[in-house]
Amino acid sequence: MRRLSQFGRFWYDFVVGDDWTIAVAVVVIVSITYVAAHAGAGAWPILPIGVAAALSVSIGRAASSHRRDLTEPPATDAGNPIEQGR
Amino acid sequence: MHTFLLFAAAFGASTVEMVEALTIVLAVAVTRGWRSAAAGVVAALAGLAVIVAAFGPALASLPISTLRLAVGTILLVFGLQWLRKAILRAGGLKALHDEDAIFAAEVGLMRAGPGGSTSDRPAHDWYAFTVAFKGVFLEGLEVAFIVVTFGGTQHNVGLAAAAAAAALVVVSLVGVVVHAPLSRVPENTLKFAVGVMLSSFGIFWAGEGAGVSWPGSDASLLGVIAFVLVCSFGLVALLRRSGRTTRIAVA
Repeated sequence: MRRLSQFGRFWYDFVVGDDWTIAVAVVVIVSITYVAAHAGAGAWPILPIGVAAALSVSIGRAASSHRRDLTEPPATDAGNPIEQGR
Repeated sequence: MHTFLLFAAAFGASTVEMVEALTIVLAVAVTRGWRSAAAGVVAALAGLAVIVAAFGPALASLPISTLRLAVGTILLVFGLQWLRKAILRAGGLKALHDEDAIFAAEVGLMRAGPGGSTSDRPAHDWYAFTVAFKGVFLEGLEVAFIVVTFGGTQHNVGLAAAAAAAALVVVSLVGVVVHAPLSRVPENTLKFAVGVMLSSFGIFWAGEGAGVSWPGSDASLLGVIAFVLVCSFGLVALLRRSGRTTRIAVA
């Protein structure tokens, strides 16, 4: 059982990684693209623009978390998640 | 063009994983001996061959649009993760991956492990075998994933496997020559390029699988790569600028 959960953890870390919101955003964007394409709309811009937006939001969140840590001394051991080997 | 890009993406991604595996194997071999480490590598490669042989052909029998939708989506999630880390590193928000430090840490662990001194080490060192096996098997599993997804989506597993084999030859030769961690390879540049390629292929294939008609058909892949590249450089530039502003404000 422990090995199975380690195996699952390995694949989760490998595919989804540090920011699970990117994975959720990609699934949502691909689903919208699928619906739009099958409704006969010109769906091709949805994916690149949606992906660029999801990546920008994720990077922006990481940057503001980093800035907070630079300007405020950490109150607990939690520290900066970026520096904790993510 | 498409074939060349497929080869380049599979080669780059495989190279990054193999550099990581080689760092572990070299650390084990240098500190604990080559024999058991080599046995671990061979056992891991045999295990990987069985896995690829079992799952690779099954992909060829799936409908191409379903395969592209599923693999494109997974590749996009996977590629964005690489790209995100590479952008954070290039923007100065995350420490560069230091193969020298990883090598030193692995060597320290090997020496601290059971039989760390040569006098009490058995003829067959299971510790060295296991560490080398795990390193090669896990990183190799990632290479196998890259080969099977890239190759399966294009119904050209052979070409993706050839790219991985070429990466193995190049990384092994570099490993033999330098006999030390491969920190000389500019890893973040490589990861940045691979992240752009994986994300671009992911967008293109997920789009095709979802039923999108790309303007210019296959040639639009180049446009997608250019778009992802411009967005990535833009994000790095923004991070560097905001980093400078924050440092000035803190000072």
